[in-house]
Parts: sequence; structure tokens; C-alpha cells
Amino acid sequence: MRITCPNCGTRDRREFYYLGDALALDRPAEDAGLGAWDDYLHSRDNPAGETRDLWCHEAGCGAWLIVERNTVTHAVHKATLAEKVKR
Amino acid sequence: MAKLIALTPCAGLLPVSSGGVEVAEVVFDRLMSVSPFAGQERAVSAKLKEQVGAGLSKINRRSGLVTWFGHGTWIVAGDVALGGMAAVTDQSDAWAAVSISGARATDVLARLVPIDLGASGFKTNHVAKTMLGHMSVTITRVGPDAFEIIVMRSMARTLVHDLDVAMRGVAAR
Repeated sequence: MRITCPNCGTRDRREFYYLGDALALDRPAEDAGLGAWDDYLHSRDNPAGETRDLWCHEAGCGAWLIVERNTVTHAVHKATLAEKVKR
Repeated sequence: MAKLIALTPCAGLLPVSSGGVEVAEVVFDRLMSVSPFAGQERAVSAKLKEQVGAGLSKINRRSGLVTWFGHGTWIVAGDVALGGMAAVTDQSDAWAAVSISGARATDVLARLVPIDLGASGFKTNHVAKTMLGHMSVTITRVGPDAFEIIVMRSMARTLVHDLDVAMRGVAAR
């Protein structure tokens, strides 16, 4: 599997560290309530198919990326800098 | 008072050579990491041009004493003063740097590095943040048959060992 880092170009999967669903960027407001925080911290889907995950180009430029891929076909659609998506 | 003797990261390890490829230590007296604060890249670049003769290089590139060193980070081989514009850290003793040169230097690195460092795509002053064996490295092409490799200082011995084994492997073919 290869991921095209927006900084470095196409690199082997070994250079990347996987964090999890990019849902982690959608942080609830501080006063959103226990239900919203519980959901944010613990609830994740486990889809067969399209995913949108956070990866770090750990052994490369160190940037955090949002990688869109398909767990059924193994296609990697695209990778974007996480900082561009979320302030 | 005790007199301390400073040792370079590869003291006693280098130079080594095999099959026309030589690995030697590169000593930087000063290495400063520079991470411009949001929106300050242009100002930092102008200041660096005054102070070390080169502004911030493009990503994956080196320009004079300034080398791209990862996302939003550059390493500068000289003294800089960028108060308020960038996060600056003195990392002079944190890194080990070596040069590898010779007609078959690319063949040696091809045994250890997962990306293509051939001259057609990786030209002089091109920089890659990638892996060498299991180590994170910064590789810069410094000439037609010459590269510079920077690793964390604690990995100097491993780097020299891995390069030495690969050099002898290439020389034996």
C-alpha cells in the first residue's frame, strides 16, 4: 500500500503511522454534554468500504494527513494535510 | 577544573570506504531548527537571507545553508536570530551527518532506502525525508555522485554499520 503525501510524494505505508477515524478532528464544544463527549471519545464505525482516517507521515515530513481509502478494494483515493481541513 | 574534550558524533567510526564509495563525517558547527509561526514564512525568509545568505528553501529542497527538514520546519547551518517570527532551537549536538560519495553511491543507498534516489528524479539540492533501514533520515544530493545523510546523533553507529555492510555488498558484486 502506498500513500501520496502532499509534501513528499508517493511513499510506502511503512513510513506512516495510523491514528484512526478523522472524526477525531470534530471536537465537540467544551459544554456539549457527557453524551456528545462520550460519543466523540469512544464511538467509532467499523466500515467495510470507504474510510477517512488520520495518518502521520512519521518517518518522513511528520505532517498529519487525512487519508481517504477503501478497505474493500484497497484503493487509496487521496491524502490531504489535516491542517488545511481543520483550524 | 576538568577539561572536556568534545567528540563529533562519528568520532572513531569514519571514514570508511569500499568499492570506490567513501563515507565521511560532515561536521556542522551550528544547526538551528527553524519553524516559522503562522503567516511568518515570508518575513523569516527575508531575515534568513540577511543572516545566512539564503531564504527558506522550497519543500524537498536545500538552498545554501538552509535545508527543508520536515513539515513547516527547516534546519539552518548557521547562527540565526528570529525572535517572535519562528520557533528556533539550537540542535547543533543533536544530529550526525555523513557524506557518501562515489560512482556507486546510489547503488549502495538503493539497498537501504525505499525511494528512488536516481539522478533523473533526485537532483543536486533535492532533499528527501525518508528511511534508511529502520532509521528516519534526511537525504540531500550534494553532487552528481554524492549525498549527505543526517540522522539522530544516537543512531550514528547504526548508520555507519548499515552503510558499511551495504557498501561491501555492492563492492562484492
